[in-house]
Amino acid sequence: MSRLRAALTPYALIFPGGLWLAIFFVVPMIVMLSLSLQSGSVEDGYAFTFNWHSYADGLANYHDQIIRSLLYGLASTALQIAIGFPVAYWIAFKGGSRKSVYLFLLLLPFLVSFVLRTISWQFLLSDNGILLGPLKDIGLLPDGFRVLATPFAVIAGLAYNFLPFMVLPMYVALERIDPRVLEAAQDLYASRFQTFLRVVLPLSLPGVFAGVLMTFVPATSDYVNASVLGGTNTTMIGNVIQNQYLVTQDYPTASALSFTLMALLLVGIFVYARALGTEDVLEVAAR
Amino acid sequence: MTEIQAGPGAAVTAAPVSGAVPAIELDNVVKEYVSHGEVVRAVKGVSLAITEGEFFSLLGPSGCGKTTSMRMIAGFEDPTQGIVRLHGEDVTNVPPNKRDINMVFQSYALFPHMNVWDNVAFGLKRKKVADAEIKRRVGEILEVVDLVGREKRRPKEMSGGQQQRVALARALVNRPRALLLDEPLGALDLKLRQAMQIELKRIQREVGITFVYVTHDQSEALTMSDRIAVMNDGLVEQLAEPREIYERPAGKFVAGFIGTSNLLSGTVQQVVGDTAVLALGANDRILVPAGGELAAGATVDLTVRPEKIKIAKDRPEGDLSVVRGTVSEVVYLGTSNSYVVALGDGAEITVFEQNAHDSTITAERGDTVWLSWQSWHSYALR
Ligand SMILES: Nc1ncnc2c1ncn2[C@@H]1O[C@H](COP(=O)(O)OP(=O)(O)OP(=O)(O)O)[C@@H](O)[C@H]1O
Ligand SMILES: [Mg+2]
Repeated sequence: MSRLRAALTPYALIFPGGLWLAIFFVVPMIVMLSLSLQSGSVEDGYAFTFNWHSYADGLANYHDQIIRSLLYGLASTALQIAIGFPVAYWIAFKGGSRKSVYLFLLLLPFLVSFVLRTISWQFLLSDNGILLGPLKDIGLLPDGFRVLATPFAVIAGLAYNFLPFMVLPMYVALERIDPRVLEAAQDLYASRFQTFLRVVLPLSLPGVFAGVLMTFVPATSDYVNASVLGGTNTTMIGNVIQNQYLVTQDYPTASALSFTLMALLLVGIFVYARALGTEDVLEVAAR
Repeated sequence: MTEIQAGPGAAVTAAPVSGAVPAIELDNVVKEYVSHGEVVRAVKGVSLAITEGEFFSLLGPSGCGKTTSMRMIAGFEDPTQGIVRLHGEDVTNVPPNKRDINMVFQSYALFPHMNVWDNVAFGLKRKKVADAEIKRRVGEILEVVDLVGREKRRPKEMSGGQQQRVALARALVNRPRALLLDEPLGALDLKLRQAMQIELKRIQREVGITFVYVTHDQSEALTMSDRIAVMNDGLVEQLAEPREIYERPAGKFVAGFIGTSNLLSGTVQQVVGDTAVLALGANDRILVPAGGELAAGATVDLTVRPEKIKIAKDRPEGDLSVVRGTVSEVVYLGTSNSYVVALGDGAEITVFEQNAHDSTITAERGDTVWLSWQSWHSYALR
């Protein structure tokens, strides 16, 4: 009896979450998959016809946006590592008793809605706004200079919006490093830089790995930053999908593009995990 | 300042090696921490000189400043006051990676992302020792600590004792001029602990370098050390050889901390020859060597080790210290029996009796017994 119960307990624990995922994730996925293979029009309705042309057409028409999305996603992720790692490092090693305060401060902007935050950036970066206006007035920047509607604005916006998801896992990994291990490195003739390179960095890699997973995917499929901060030349695949669904109402194309993006991200993550997520990296670091 | 040579072979400081220069020297070292706005004096003025090749122990209760002293030797803490010298050279402001000594940490502090081989080779690689030389020396030291065949294991895949040996190898492979060990056996169970004590001692003899050993286990310190500094509350209470510390503790603290000892006190009644006589009651008396210092009327604190005391049912004859009391506790310890005897004035004396002949015990709980010991086993504390 109790053995049976012990055998059933894991299933009982997974049941609520599993049910939730089944209803709100698996079912919509199947619906979308079927949508992506339908044909027709909004007026006449869509019917399932195994019409895989939506995929071919989507790729043919929007490969620029797909590639741009992947590039923006990569660039913003790299920017986040560059900005976030020192922050995570500083909080973990120099934060002292105020670590939780600093973490809270880091999260504070994110209590404001995603869209609102991005709109406030639009306001900040506008051509004659509070940032660029004065600089143009005193002649530091030429009159035609702009940030808004450039790739830089979109990438910076993406980096800003997902930064906490990068910093938090890196912080957790760094925080877990035993300070005595760092002292041991120093004791064994490593300089501060070597201690960082040989010990801190490899031990923080799992955090960087998790951070990249948590930011690259949402950044690549984001559409808010490109539509608020970007222009016609910075359209990302998320914008296309959103447009197809809500404006053109070409559901098959939108669904097909969604699945294409998902497949690309899955392959990307898999390759990345194989390359980085294994212990091989740590082996290299030990040299 | 002299530079530390980097390169194959044992790196040595340019300081002259001579028997007169201590390997490690603390000169009136003070360490203060500020925590929560309060000044904590962890080390309150410690001076000691550790000889080349010596097995030197820092012994004391928790929080007495052992780790802090050791961290100042290693260079992880800057002394608030005082000077640290290694082989005669002032290293007070030299960072740890430039000091030719290595430390074995209380928790081992192995690199979790490296296997045994890479952990052990770490120091040699930082010193840019040639690959072939690294290979040879790491292989050699792994043999010494009996870890051949485990090179590819990660620290977490090994037992506490094995990790401890990796930590030891990782430090020893650099052939430092001194090795600092902070309670390296603290996490091990008794059996392994004893095995490792013998092992450590063997390795120390084999490599012949100075060992500074921190422990709060007095039996460990007594069995392993050439000399011991007994610390209490940030100060060195006594610095001497184990036998000296055991037989002639420098004060109440050392007497109480090292082994089991019976603390007694009384007033000198008369001095006969070189022996002071303390009277406790009609039949009781304690004899103490007067040493030219004790005179009638003086108050004396003294200690007697439990194994020096004889327990008997009848009053023994002769020029002995003799006291009478009631057995309040009998504990069978295997190789010995331990008795706690309550004296008339409320003091308690612990007595060990060897189980040499048979396992019958001399007295039962509640029996009235006589305790006796030679006058020279009374040790007056100053
Ligand atoms: N970083 C620090 N900040 C404030 N106080 C400290 C610090 N490090 C140590 N102390 C204090 O200094 C005193 C000595 O500490 P230390 O670690 O040297 O003791 P120890 O003899 O090694 O003890 P144990 O046997 O428990 O390891 C303690 O009272 C401790 O609380
Ligand atoms: Mg300690």
